[in-house]
Amino acid sequence: MAAHRCSHSALLLILCSSWVFSVAGSQETTPTGDHHAYVVDNPQTVTETAEQTAEQPAVVEEERRWEATEVEEATPDEVATDKQDTSAPDTVVHSSVPPPKDDFQEELVIRPLHSGDIYASFQFRTLWETDFLRGNKVSHYRLFPKSLGQVISKFSVRELHISFTQGYWRTMQWGQPFLPSPPGAELWVWFQDSVTDVDGTWKELTNVLSGIFCASLNFIDSTNTVQPSASFKPLGVGNETDHRFLRYATLPREIVCTENLTPWKKLLPCGSKAGLAVLLKSEKLFHSSFHSQAVHIRPVCKDWQCTTTSWELRQTLNVVFDLHTPGQGKREWSLFKMFSRTLTEACPLASSSKIYIDITDDPQGEQFEVSPATHLLSQAMVLGDRRTFSVYDLTQQITFGTVRSLNLLIRWKSSEGDMLRPLLHAERYVAGYGLQTGEIHTLMYNNHPYRSFPVLLLESVPWYLRLYIHTLTVTSKGKDNKPSYIHYEPSKDRLRPHLLEMLVQLPPNSVTEVTVQFERALLKWTEYTPDPNHGFYVGSSVISSLVPSIVAMNTNSTREQPLFSSFFPCKEESSYFMRVYTEPLLVNLPTPDFSMPYNVICLTCTVVAVGYGSLYNLLTRSFQIEEPSPGLAKRIANIIRKMRGVPPL
Amino acid sequence: MGLLSDPNRRRALINLLTRLNAPICVVCYMAGVAWFMGLAFEPFTLRTYMSENAMGSTMVEERFPAGERALATGREFSAHKKKTGGMPVDWLVKTMQSRGLEVFTQRFSRRLPFPDEDKERYMVKGTNVYGILRAPRASRTEALVLSAPCTPGDNNNQAVGLLLGLAQYFRNQVYWAKDIIFLVNEHDLIGMQAWLEGYHHTNTTGMDWSPLQGRGGSIQAALSLELSSDVVTSLDLVLEGLNGQLPNLDLANLFYAFCQKIGVLCTTQGKLQRNDWDSVSGYSHAVQTMMLMVMKQASGRSWGDHGLFLRYHIEAATIKGINSFRQYKTDATTTGRLLEGMYRKLNNLLERLHQSYFFYLMPSLSHFVSIGYYMPAFGLLAVILLLRALDLWVQIATPPPRTEDGVADAEQISSPGVLSVLTPLVISHLTGVALYTLPIHFQEVAVEHFPVSETEAVVLTAIAVYTAGLALPHNTHRLLTGRGTEQGWKVLKLVAVLYLAVLLGCTALINFSLGFILALTLVPVAAFITPHVPKALSAFILVILSPACTLLFSVFLFQDLQEMPVSFLDGWMLYLSVISQGILDHALYGSLVYPLVSLLVYPCWLLFWNILFWK
Repeated sequence: MAAHRCSHSALLLILCSSWVFSVAGSQETTPTGDHHAYVVDNPQTVTETAEQTAEQPAVVEEERRWEATEVEEATPDEVATDKQDTSAPDTVVHSSVPPPKDDFQEELVIRPLHSGDIYASFQFRTLWETDFLRGNKVSHYRLFPKSLGQVISKFSVRELHISFTQGYWRTMQWGQPFLPSPPGAELWVWFQDSVTDVDGTWKELTNVLSGIFCASLNFIDSTNTVQPSASFKPLGVGNETDHRFLRYATLPREIVCTENLTPWKKLLPCGSKAGLAVLLKSEKLFHSSFHSQAVHIRPVCKDWQCTTTSWELRQTLNVVFDLHTPGQGKREWSLFKMFSRTLTEACPLASSSKIYIDITDDPQGEQFEVSPATHLLSQAMVLGDRRTFSVYDLTQQITFGTVRSLNLLIRWKSSEGDMLRPLLHAERYVAGYGLQTGEIHTLMYNNHPYRSFPVLLLESVPWYLRLYIHTLTVTSKGKDNKPSYIHYEPSKDRLRPHLLEMLVQLPPNSVTEVTVQFERALLKWTEYTPDPNHGFYVGSSVISSLVPSIVAMNTNSTREQPLFSSFFPCKEESSYFMRVYTEPLLVNLPTPDFSMPYNVICLTCTVVAVGYGSLYNLLTRSFQIEEPSPGLAKRIANIIRKMRGVPPL
Repeated sequence: MGLLSDPNRRRALINLLTRLNAPICVVCYMAGVAWFMGLAFEPFTLRTYMSENAMGSTMVEERFPAGERALATGREFSAHKKKTGGMPVDWLVKTMQSRGLEVFTQRFSRRLPFPDEDKERYMVKGTNVYGILRAPRASRTEALVLSAPCTPGDNNNQAVGLLLGLAQYFRNQVYWAKDIIFLVNEHDLIGMQAWLEGYHHTNTTGMDWSPLQGRGGSIQAALSLELSSDVVTSLDLVLEGLNGQLPNLDLANLFYAFCQKIGVLCTTQGKLQRNDWDSVSGYSHAVQTMMLMVMKQASGRSWGDHGLFLRYHIEAATIKGINSFRQYKTDATTTGRLLEGMYRKLNNLLERLHQSYFFYLMPSLSHFVSIGYYMPAFGLLAVILLLRALDLWVQIATPPPRTEDGVADAEQISSPGVLSVLTPLVISHLTGVALYTLPIHFQEVAVEHFPVSETEAVVLTAIAVYTAGLALPHNTHRLLTGRGTEQGWKVLKLVAVLYLAVLLGCTALINFSLGFILALTLVPVAAFITPHVPKALSAFILVILSPACTLLFSVFLFQDLQEMPVSFLDGWMLYLSVISQGILDHALYGSLVYPLVSLLVYPCWLLFWNILFWK
């Protein structure tokens, strides 16, 4: 009975809040003066706030409630009954059948960035409790995309991470991304230890993925594949860390566009028909400052005891919109402006579908204003920082209000700020001039005020830059900084790249500079790209680190956390994992003039044949005036004289 | 080659060459000069054309609207500049930030080897401010640079204003594929040098600068802007960079194409192009333009802030606004549109500019002379040296027919002695080293003992060493070997002629203008000088044709070509300042003309001086 009453109160609450939402939705067009009226009319708050001055922010504060507390309030079966009461037919089907072995969640995080830009991060997670690698073939797919499932089983993949990025993440202006990725394409795969021919499998896998994602991943070959020994550890369950089964490759030149987005969207259970994915319109997504899409597959624990594992497929898409672009001239942003769509429903197959808006920087609503307002709040530790989010649950009909569509709106109130000082960031450039030698400088900034921490630096340099590894220097604060671990694999011409991994301790508040000189190789004339004068790319170097957190870690682990905060395993409570990619390099190699090869060949051959040949002749031969040959009698006489030992005539 | 392998025919050919050597040399010299003068004649030159496909076929529409606002920004900049009495760093940082750029600063300091009296500076301290406009969805691999120097006084405020206006406009556009760096550099070339060295992390000249914080990858092209008036009558394109390097011709073509499209008068060397090529005045106009370019290139100095980019293989040019009394005026909006168009086309580049020529001369902005056309002029001069060398070689190889003393003489002839050649060579080169090192090192001593300033001390020491060199070498070789022989000077001259040929040949390949001007004066000297010509007259001619006097004449000629003739006294003062600037250019930016002249050309000339006074 008590439970029944409880569900009643929950129902009342939802009704009230839906009413508030609808009013707020209509408020968008009416002057703000009307706010007082509805606040006073609100049956829940009228008793509490009668003596208050009915100021809008204060009331909103009252109304905000933590998402977690609501979850505690309503136990799962109650929620089920609730939903039956509110007659939501989509979810009824799910809850009535026995719990499915697969599960799909979608969410969108929107973070107004420090620079005034907008960062939108989509995450779609499909969990499936199955075993691709057992003998019997998995043939029945429901939520998990079949194309990827077949890839996993055919190539015995244990973990697969692939990202396509257009643009460079501006750490100094935007802070840290939820999921870092280097410009271009990046692929790293852990194979099962049952794989015997890893290189062959890798080659086939890249070709298959190239087809699945319509990308030039088939250009991954031995010249740009490395096996990092320490930088890329498995992110899923499993204890295998033998890096023989790891392959890592980047294609910094890869350009990401619509043809990569479409196959990526097709992997989603709802496609782009429903749910958050309707927002993914390519003409808007590629009208941004940064675009990155990724697919991560890994085995994760099914339950607390981790007796069984299930496969997790995470599809992420990160995009940063520039507020300076002319169509968005006013500092105001909405879902419609950003994606030219609004949301009307969640994906029916999704067990959870949420939008988070990061309001940490703005607890008092001074910087920007979000509408429609929400009363749901959530807190999560993201990259060592406690963040607060407003939550919009799309599975609840109330979220969409009376207009039956959700169009979030953010208005900026203050101007854009200065540049950030992220705890760890890095940059890289080529020093020197001329086409013979050069120097790669990698700068790593530790802006932590008092803690030093170690970082793992991974540099993979193509063979045509011949690194002089004896010139490697690591300096911080003007002093030599000896790396505690160096793993170096020299390159082989036309076969494999240089791999350099180092564990460097970054002193607090310092810049650490890693320099290494190189010589530019002269390629064979068939090895040049069609645009040799553009230059040749060197992929981003990767810096992986456990960065000490400034904020004390949130110890309350019972609270459910959003997806994006739990991607990298946090081993130490006071530090968090961070991966930073530097910019790729564009290096010019000595390039012959290809515009007139025929002329050059002809001229060279002529010079060699005519000039050199006859000149050599002239210089080496000695010329003598030939005597006319003597007569027969004289020759005979000479022979006789020779036999006698008398000088000839 | 069959001709040479047959001894008889070979002998005949050699006889012909030795007998007709002098007339052939004279003809070659005349032909060389005539060829060079013919280069400016329009029918002999090529029209410029855009070679780079990425810039040619794409259409861009220029829409920059905010010229007036840019000028207002320029006035604001000028007010702040006056207030701070230098570069208004804080204001610039704030203004660039408000335009949505990533802004960074770089401090630099430099002590000049001696005070620069032209620009009145000695201890130079300054700050460069630059803002990077990040291209959307680009990965920081490529960049373009637009720079404007912050000059003291009332100059160039409009350039900074236009730069900031363009930054604001560019920031709102979506089509950028390369980062654009907006740079305001202090102390013109010194600041630019500091910035470029910082960007590429090299240090060639020993300057102090703070490391750069932000970069945009490899710079593809750069333009430097100089505007000192609100309206301009024409825009002048400056191409000549450090050591006579030139940017790819496509950059000039791009500028010319946009001037034609937008309807702006454009000049090069400050000379408008004329259509009456068939008239005498039209031809002489083209010759003047080309000669100005040759003189500027030969000077080896950077004629604008762009010149220092060329070392880093970055195509760069300076665009100068000129305001004369002409009626037709161009406002800042039009200039802005021109720059916008140029940057949009540069933004379209898929590769570095490489399709067009790197070695060229321009008799007008629409015509050019490529390396294939101008090299024969130099070749005709250089072949004289080879002919003389051949002649000498034959003379040395075949003993003189009139041997009266017989054996003793012949033996002496066969061994002229290595020392008699080596000594003058070494001594003249030591003089060259003295000319290179002494002026800067002895400035303190000179200032203590003579009532002159440091700059004057340096220049006068240089002239003194140069003059002293005339007295030294032709006496010293006798200390070692006694009397010089007939065979001795021939061997020495053979060495000197070949040395000069190699020297001029290498110079002309790198900097055609310098090589050609030096060849023009040194080749006659090398050709006719022997110990047997009349001493006083020859010595006079030799001095007149020496590198220092060439420079003096060049100064007068240059002033004349610029239609700013000077009196002899002014010209002399100018000459002194040119010498000091040459030494400074070498010390500050690494210009190679001063070491080339003092370490190689001058010693080579001394060898000929030595031959004249051979006893």
